[in-house]
Amino acid sequence: MLARVGDSLYWMSRYLERAENTVRQLDVTMGLMLDTSDTSAETRWRRMMTALGKVSGMEWNGDMDAMASRLVFDSLNPASVTFCVNGARENARQVREEISSEQWQRLNRLYHQMHSPHAQAQFRTSINDFLASIIDGIHLFKGVSDTTMIHGQGWQFIRLGRYLERAYATATLLEVYQPELFEEQEVDNSGYHYLELVGLLRCCTSFEAYCQVYTADLSPARILEFLLLNRDFPHAIRYCVDGIRHAIESIQRTGGRRPPDELTAVIGRLHAMLGYTNIGEILGGDTAAFLHNIREQSMRVHELIYRYYVHYSIQSALAV
Amino acid sequence: MSASQPVEMDSLFGDYPLDQAFDEMREGGGELRPHYRALAETLAGLPPEELQRRKQSADLSFLTQGITFTVYGRDEGTERIFPYDLLPRLVTAAEWDRIERGLTQRITALNEFLRDIYSDAKILNDRVIPRELVYSCKHYRRQMRGLTVPRNVYIAVVGSDLLRLNTGEFVVLEDNLRVPSGVSYMLTNRRVMKRTFPQLFSSYGVRPIEHNPQLLLATLRSLAPEGRPEPNIVVLTPGVFNSAYFEHTYLARQMGIDLVEGRDLVTHDNIVYMRTTDGLKRVDVIYRRVDDDFSDPLIFRGDSSLGCAGLFNAYRAGNVTVTNAFGTGLADDKAVYAYVPRIIRYYLNEDPILNNVETYLLTEDKERMHVLANLDKLVVKAVGESGGYGMLIGPHSTARQREEFARQIEANPRNYIAQPTLDFSRAPCLIGNRLEPRHVDLRPYVLFGDKVNIVPGGLTRVALEKGSLVVNSSQGGGSKDTWVLES
Repeated sequence: MLARVGDSLYWMSRYLERAENTVRQLDVTMGLMLDTSDTSAETRWRRMMTALGKVSGMEWNGDMDAMASRLVFDSLNPASVTFCVNGARENARQVREEISSEQWQRLNRLYHQMHSPHAQAQFRTSINDFLASIIDGIHLFKGVSDTTMIHGQGWQFIRLGRYLERAYATATLLEVYQPELFEEQEVDNSGYHYLELVGLLRCCTSFEAYCQVYTADLSPARILEFLLLNRDFPHAIRYCVDGIRHAIESIQRTGGRRPPDELTAVIGRLHAMLGYTNIGEILGGDTAAFLHNIREQSMRVHELIYRYYVHYSIQSALAV
Repeated sequence: MSASQPVEMDSLFGDYPLDQAFDEMREGGGELRPHYRALAETLAGLPPEELQRRKQSADLSFLTQGITFTVYGRDEGTERIFPYDLLPRLVTAAEWDRIERGLTQRITALNEFLRDIYSDAKILNDRVIPRELVYSCKHYRRQMRGLTVPRNVYIAVVGSDLLRLNTGEFVVLEDNLRVPSGVSYMLTNRRVMKRTFPQLFSSYGVRPIEHNPQLLLATLRSLAPEGRPEPNIVVLTPGVFNSAYFEHTYLARQMGIDLVEGRDLVTHDNIVYMRTTDGLKRVDVIYRRVDDDFSDPLIFRGDSSLGCAGLFNAYRAGNVTVTNAFGTGLADDKAVYAYVPRIIRYYLNEDPILNNVETYLLTEDKERMHVLANLDKLVVKAVGESGGYGMLIGPHSTARQREEFARQIEANPRNYIAQPTLDFSRAPCLIGNRLEPRHVDLRPYVLFGDKVNIVPGGLTRVALEKGSLVVNSSQGGGSKDTWVLES
């Protein structure tokens, strides 16, 4: 596959994953604001902006609906949903021959939905319905990708983008929530704390999955255990890292080049960090540093993928 | 209108003018041509809402398939669907037979002409064409002299524009021998039409065109360099900002080959490689959708970043096939066009099956005088342009435009030709809820590898503006599906 194509598929996928994450966090945050807890709207908004990767240009102005509208539609702000959908489509457009017609049409529909002259009015009428329909569109795209595309290198680059973005975003989210989850010592039976925990889980679509494993008995330690170490839930970081590992292995198998030791090492290290530990160990040590490390390692994987598959030097390629 | 037609037809046709121009659907007296009858009856039988519903459903299909072009000049590029008309243009088996034979003959001769010009130039020594006319052509490429191209095929992909005169005869208006486009619209129009009028389509017995990409792939494969039994074939595009980008991706996908940009290619020791996720991979055949000028900055325009440095030398060395070959624009120069009937006779010793449009060469004093005196009745075209640019349509021009063209013709007569303003044929189009006639041309797509292949049909382009004669998509034209009938 062309290096440029791999690059575009990877980013198409990352952008869509990012859009989905933003929509979900926005939906959850707006839901939490309905309850009159002590946490102010501004605090929540700022926390969300940090969890979305230290977004700039979205300073709280007191009007939640207007802020939400900007986060969805402000196409000039790289954090907005529209910006991400545009980015995904632009990348898809440049590899139109590589993806299936069904994928393209699905993504194109999502794009036109965001850019429809009625979009903002629909958004104002029912924010929930609008956000739900975007998520539906992204889910449909993923389903169509899995069923209409050859599961070859291109598909693996899509998975690579999806899982890397997700691992990174989840680690960021946990890093932001981690202080308040674990530093609150006194027992809080008001129910607000419970809602916060549900919100965190719902940001990762994992409330129901969590309940299946642990029942509705929510505790910060278990939530962290679930989102970090569960090997079967697609939004848990460990699952994502396994996904990244399989994708790289598969790309190497079909490509027939020896994996670069550095890339194998970084992915192996991430895998070991999550696979050979337990939540007690993590909480006993420096949890914040642990989460931060996961992010750093993910970034490193990204850089190595680029150096090895996309921006390699011609001289080194000729030497093979 | 004859009395035997049902009442609904009256409301469908409304005011449907007929004059001296050939109407594809109706004869001079107003009665329907036999092969259009089923179409007209189907349309008359549909309630207007149903027709509009089908139109909307077809629109949506074009939009979601991304068959759009971008309207620039606003904050954000606004995408519009490529204009098309819902009704098919019908071509009978006998009409098609003549077109097919005529184009085969014409393309064979033009290819032979290119081979000759870039080798011995016998046709010039025999004084069939003025030497200076050929050598002054801006698309003549000296670099191609003395080079043998695979199978001697210079023009593997051609789109020639045909018009129908008021006699009903098809004539060739121009040949596109460089990078003809539009074939993807032909194919997507067909797909949408099959869904829009399924019963009608099936009852008509329309010959298929869907295998065009497969034929193109076979054509490209047949031109691979010697000793490359499993050639790596790619489509070379200028990139996502090119107006035909949709088509490039479409063709690459339909053929199952990679779509590359110049930046994906590197040359080393006169071999072309593409950068893949597995390292460099050798490229054997390039279906080039980039103009000569932009293909190789070392040989052609040095400021182009769309091509690949070293491509031409790899091509000369025979390590990669690039098609169409460089310098083929020579044979679609509008002044050379005037000589095509002579070219056909010279190489094939046959009379042309498809005629040219009468053309005045402005380098000839007598013809130039005549043209300058009749600018208001003629169409003047710059010889090296296409897409409807650099054109004066006499009857629709202002005195100032005519003066401007007269001045330019006097300054550089080699750069222009003139033709009579043609009253070419009109076909019914759906305008609102009514049928109205609009001018149409026909661009069939010719493939030339082992042999000449033409899928039955082509892109019928429509001047959607009432009374307009310009069918180019860049200037308000649209398209129609073309149904070549089995019988």
